[in-house]
Amino acid sequence: MNPKMQAINVSFYYGKKQALKNVSVDIKENEITAFIGPSGSGKTTFLRLLNRMDELVRGTRLEGRLLLDGENIRGTGRDVVELRRRVGMVFQQPNPFPKTIFENVAFGRRMLGMSHSQKLEEIVEKSLREAALWDEVKDDLHHSGLALSGGQQQRLCIARMLAVEPEVILMDEPCSGLDPISTLRIEELMQELKKQYTIAIVTHNMQQAARASDWCGFFLLGEMLEYGATGEIFSRPQNKKTEDYISGRFG
Amino acid sequence: MDKEITPLQPTPAWRSTQKVSPRVTQKIAFTVIWICGVIAILALFVIVGYVLVRGGRTITPEFLFTAPEGGISGEGGIATVIVTTIMLMLLTVVILTPLGIAAAIYLSEYARDNWFSGVIRYGVDLLAGVPSIIFGLFGYVVFVVALHFNFSLLSGALTLVALELPVMIRTVEEALKAVPHSYREASLALGCTKWQTIRQVILPAAIPGIVTSIILTTGRTLSETAALYVTMGGSSALPTSLFSGGRTLALHVYYLAMDTTAFDKAMGTGIILIVLIIIINLITHRISRWYQKRMGIKETE
Repeated sequence: MNPKMQAINVSFYYGKKQALKNVSVDIKENEITAFIGPSGSGKTTFLRLLNRMDELVRGTRLEGRLLLDGENIRGTGRDVVELRRRVGMVFQQPNPFPKTIFENVAFGRRMLGMSHSQKLEEIVEKSLREAALWDEVKDDLHHSGLALSGGQQQRLCIARMLAVEPEVILMDEPCSGLDPISTLRIEELMQELKKQYTIAIVTHNMQQAARASDWCGFFLLGEMLEYGATGEIFSRPQNKKTEDYISGRFG
Repeated sequence: MDKEITPLQPTPAWRSTQKVSPRVTQKIAFTVIWICGVIAILALFVIVGYVLVRGGRTITPEFLFTAPEGGISGEGGIATVIVTTIMLMLLTVVILTPLGIAAAIYLSEYARDNWFSGVIRYGVDLLAGVPSIIFGLFGYVVFVVALHFNFSLLSGALTLVALELPVMIRTVEEALKAVPHSYREASLALGCTKWQTIRQVILPAAIPGIVTSIILTTGRTLSETAALYVTMGGSSALPTSLFSGGRTLALHVYYLAMDTTAFDKAMGTGIILIVLIIIINLITHRISRWYQKRMGIKETE
């Protein structure tokens, strides 16, 4: 199967400090790719390169190429706004806007110029259903999104992102602030979503990577030490350091 | 009783280095703070009480609904003065708010932290501390004389804008900066432009802070005298256009107290001024809360 996104020899610098060293990896369509590794290993930095969120920070430098459907996502004529519509992101901390639940989900579409209210309502309902939140909030659509629990807020953020119909979903430790039950719900949701979307997830949680992903990359000190099918990585890691990490000897 | 359990002994560490026990220090601190609080509240009550006692008797329907007649005994009421005050207040807010918000957006969202923005911020802070009469004289030279606006509502409002702009810019800038970075990231990650993010996410989230800023500057509009003395003249007639002069409640208090024998009426005018400030605060807070609830900015009521 063709990779949806590809990184080719990517290196990244914050000022003089090198955060990523020569990372190459494929993110395959309609599958879940997990990036694991200890704090500061560069996995979140790498994820943010995929929808150019790194550009919010000044004084950085990128080498190598990042492709979406075989086309470079940076360079002249490449529109960052267009890219971010195709490559959505869910953050570590749930960050719903201080708006109503309805307006949170409708936000992206409104910004695209949609004002037709019936169509918007359909999209909001569809997105909330996809994010497995509809039944819990359908009577409270005009209450503040901030009034929801942490797990609900994170699913609201997923619905908000789904409403703009991206092709790739990036998740940056989406469950790190959630309790085990909310975490499980998000993981179930990911299995549903991968039928339609391509997913890349950064996680600290080894069990989560083992349970939920199809492919797994192990980052250490800015390098991708090992990459392969999740089952292989967790049962027969090739690299000694990968083995040490997933068996809990460091990290 | 189980005698083996001894109560926790205070760590003797403080004994060696300090002369007074932390518990005593804490008591002293509380007492001092309590006394300061009482003094502040007492001062407030004494001032308001004095104004009420001296001015209370002068407040009659006639006082509220007739125009000042002038003269050494300060005959007449304050009807035109109340209207003039509200006109000036609205005119000032309408000019000040867009300018202040725009400048604050520039400083908070666009300006890089370099020497240029540093100079702007320092200048803004400096201006906030300049006495209002200096702004008044500036307004007199520029608006009244050079631009031929004469003593007028417009001259007064523009002078107040210059006076209040620094405060507005800094308070709105703080409100914008207090909007969590995660909202910006979320909006940008949805494929929104920077301007959409500012307009649709950051500004609405900063509304409570912006409202506070407007209340703060409106308070200055209502209480300002010196700067208006030299830009609005002192006509007690109702302004008929932006280019006619007038006097505000605060100015009227000054004229009554200085030029007439009607000191009680000056105090009565003061009461109306205080009531007006309270009403404006209440209305603004109501609108702000209604907006926040409607937009879902606050979690609950």
